Amino acid sequence: MRLELRGITKRFGTFVANDAIDLVVESGQIHCILGENGAGKSTLMNCLYGLYRAEEGEILLDGVPQRFAGPGDAMAAGIGMVHQHFMLVPVFTVAENVMLGNENTLGGGLLDMAAARTRVTEIGDQLGFHVDPDTRIEDLPVGVQQRVEIIKVLSRDAQVLVFDEPTSVLTPQETDELMAILKQLRNEGKAIIFISHKLREVRELADKITVIRRGKVVGEALPTSTNAELASMMVGRDVILTVTKDAPKITSNRLEVTDLVVTADDGAVLVDKVSFTVKGGEVLCVAGVDGNGQSELANALLGLEGQVTGSIVLNGAELTGKNPRKMLDAGIGFIPADRNEDGLVGSFTIAENLMLNRSNGLPFAKGGVLQLGFRDQFAAEKIVEYDVRTEGINQEVSRLSGGNAQKVIVAREMSKDLSLLVAAQPTRGVDVGSIEFIHKRIIEERDAGIPVIVVSTELDEVVGLADRIMVMYRGAAVGIVPADTPRDILGLMMAGIAPENQEGAPA
Amino acid sequence: MSAVTAEPAVFGTEIVEHRIIEQRSFKLPIILTVVSVLLVVMLLLAPRAGYAVFRLAAETDYVSIPDVRVRGLLVAWICVGAAALLLPLAWHRAVTYRKLWPWAIALFALLALTAFLAWAGAGANGFWNVTALIVNAIAVAVPLVFGALGGVIGERSGVVNIAIEAQLLMAAFTGTVTASITNNPWAGLVAALAAGALVAALLGLLAITYKVDQIIVGVVLNVLVIGMTTFLWRAWLQPNSDVLNRVDGIQFDSVGIPGLNRIPIIGPALFNQNIIVYIMFIAVVAVWFGLYRTRWGLRTRAVGEHPKAADTVGIKVNRTRWVAVLLAGAVVGIGGASYTLMAGRVTGFDQEMTSGYGFIALAAVIFGKWNPVRAAFAGLLFGFAINLRIALPALNPGGPAIPPQFLLMVPYVVTLLAVAGLIGRSRAPAAVGSAYSVE
Repeated sequence: MRLELRGITKRFGTFVANDAIDLVVESGQIHCILGENGAGKSTLMNCLYGLYRAEEGEILLDGVPQRFAGPGDAMAAGIGMVHQHFMLVPVFTVAENVMLGNENTLGGGLLDMAAARTRVTEIGDQLGFHVDPDTRIEDLPVGVQQRVEIIKVLSRDAQVLVFDEPTSVLTPQETDELMAILKQLRNEGKAIIFISHKLREVRELADKITVIRRGKVVGEALPTSTNAELASMMVGRDVILTVTKDAPKITSNRLEVTDLVVTADDGAVLVDKVSFTVKGGEVLCVAGVDGNGQSELANALLGLEGQVTGSIVLNGAELTGKNPRKMLDAGIGFIPADRNEDGLVGSFTIAENLMLNRSNGLPFAKGGVLQLGFRDQFAAEKIVEYDVRTEGINQEVSRLSGGNAQKVIVAREMSKDLSLLVAAQPTRGVDVGSIEFIHKRIIEERDAGIPVIVVSTELDEVVGLADRIMVMYRGAAVGIVPADTPRDILGLMMAGIAPENQEGAPA
Repeated sequence: MSAVTAEPAVFGTEIVEHRIIEQRSFKLPIILTVVSVLLVVMLLLAPRAGYAVFRLAAETDYVSIPDVRVRGLLVAWICVGAAALLLPLAWHRAVTYRKLWPWAIALFALLALTAFLAWAGAGANGFWNVTALIVNAIAVAVPLVFGALGGVIGERSGVVNIAIEAQLLMAAFTGTVTASITNNPWAGLVAALAAGALVAALLGLLAITYKVDQIIVGVVLNVLVIGMTTFLWRAWLQPNSDVLNRVDGIQFDSVGIPGLNRIPIIGPALFNQNIIVYIMFIAVVAVWFGLYRTRWGLRTRAVGEHPKAADTVGIKVNRTRWVAVLLAGAVVGIGGASYTLMAGRVTGFDQEMTSGYGFIALAAVIFGKWNPVRAAFAGLLFGFAINLRIALPALNPGGPAIPPQFLLMVPYVVTLLAVAGLIGRSRAPAAVGSAYSVE
């Protein structure tokens, strides 16, 4: 099936998310759409899938114009989508999720579960894996949940398959397996749209690459293009993809974490007896697939987790069990993993957000009264120093782009005297220009001689920033290895296999 | 890069995510201990002499069972003692990280209840008619069960229905007036059903279509309907009660099912009941079947758990919620009709006659973990507690007894305990309470 998009334009208020986008996808092809976060890739796909209504433009399948009033119409026309955030009901079984909206019935609306189970098993067999149709989704690892999504799409006989950032939740090995599945589907004649901002994957997979920037198609590229070429197309200028840093100059500062255990209310051990030391002047990167305890480890270092045992010692001072106020007073700078949830108050101004963690005394408050003059002067200095692109210090942070909002947090956390920096996902959802800037600042803190911990699920970022890498899996530390460890070894560590057990026997 | 594994891998069987440290939960043994201690204190501080009489049979039964006449205080002490024997078991299970078996909890509840009844009946003029206790409990529970069923349907689709009270009251009013005018209980039932759906339509319009906060809409609807029915009752029904607010000739009768209705205890309770009660039994099964075995139910539950996922597979979220809310309103409406249209109800429509039952029904929804069958049993349990409030003073007129208000508190106390985790995790549908929009 041949898919053609002509002049798709989608606006949110005055913001043009898609500006007259043209795209042709042929069957038997993997067509990659490359673009930064916020470039408009997902918006375009939601228009294609009938979730959004485009203001202008048309969608053609095999030359026939289509009108999609909703996802149901798009699916009926043969378009299937695997969403970035899985569209699965957690408390339903695999079979129930696959049949939902397209149910096998025995007549009279009575569900035919046996047929649904068979359908799951059959499609799984075709793709070369087995998923138990009666397992609840919430009990499955994310990699398997994604396979359920693929089964769901194929069970509707989709001919055009859209994958929206499908690898962001996968280990490198799972990514390889997904790529094999995608190639198999292409060889069966499906048209595949693969959306990503990861250059490596796009180059490996694509038959054709379309690059989108700020809602517009900026051009097509060949899979043989280099990373630098693709990156400069994506960003619109030459970018430096590697982080430049000198050899670490170790100081006497120390963070020592011993047997740290974080337990959730239901008894799940989120961080499982993790011990490590970070010396002043070095960066320890915590790598791993999202959800393996890294965020909880970072939160525990700031005193945000409820049930914590073990010990956290910073420069000889015991910090275990202290509340976040005491942790901040001990000189910990903290960049939270989800800036909108934990890092910023969206409806507050930039100036207000910049003083959020210092409202308890001088110089920002005097006798309980905010010192607005000082606050505004401080904010004005910081937005220049940290290159926050904004209308002014009184703009609400919810109206900033991801990169600029993140720079507000970086400015707040780094403009005090730090004894430890903990940065969780410092560049998630941030444009490439801001990534360069934030990385540079993190390395500056390291070179100032304090211990730095960076939690990241992006292997490129981990390898670029780290002096040493700790890989976490299911809450436990799989191992701590040097920064020049080969990627395939790191990948297996992210699947829980320690380097000493990897002797030529992958997974 | 490592090679892609060629063999088909098996998923879904491995242990997922993080190691689990089992948590001890002492809630249940603590509660059972507190109940036991309270019973002992009651027996010590207010001992009651004399015999308690339990009547197990009705005159029409196949076999006649003689009345059981026992020393009340003695039996109460025996029951409390037997219940207390279960306490070490409960504590042992908790200490060893295990759950207490449901039969043990049920046995404890039965023993505690028997102890209470034996104590309260000791030396009384009357006797405990066990059959009547159950029959009347079911009669009291009818609006609770229908209310709970309606609550389950609505919440499963993602719409909180605080307005069950309003739907019951509106349906009771409309059903009474319609049946009085037409002289036909069936017409009253249909009108009540429509009235429940009408209030639900207001809820749907505001909460689904206009995305107003569901809790606020529900509270406002309750106040609106209380005010409106009270006004109409005063201005319209009271002056014309012989035409508009009758009791005679508008009620459904009890219908015995031949053969089954003469089995002791369960015959009168289950097979010699009012038509509305039979409808209730059918409704419980039908709602369960609908929610868990049909396409409609799968879609309704999907919309309540993850509306976006439902949308992406082509299910119209708001339409599905509308259907569920209207259906729920109609179901609650039948419960409202039971206030005046069941034989044995002695008054016509009265102002605020639902007296908070809508909220007890809501409690039954939570206690029943959003499952229609469990919620119906919760409604019956609460009905039993409410009925004791009536039965206790009747048993022993003028005697010192428990203030009936205490028994009225039972449903709420039980629900608080339930929400605090006594019955295991009570998990609401994930998307309940939030309106759905795409962009």
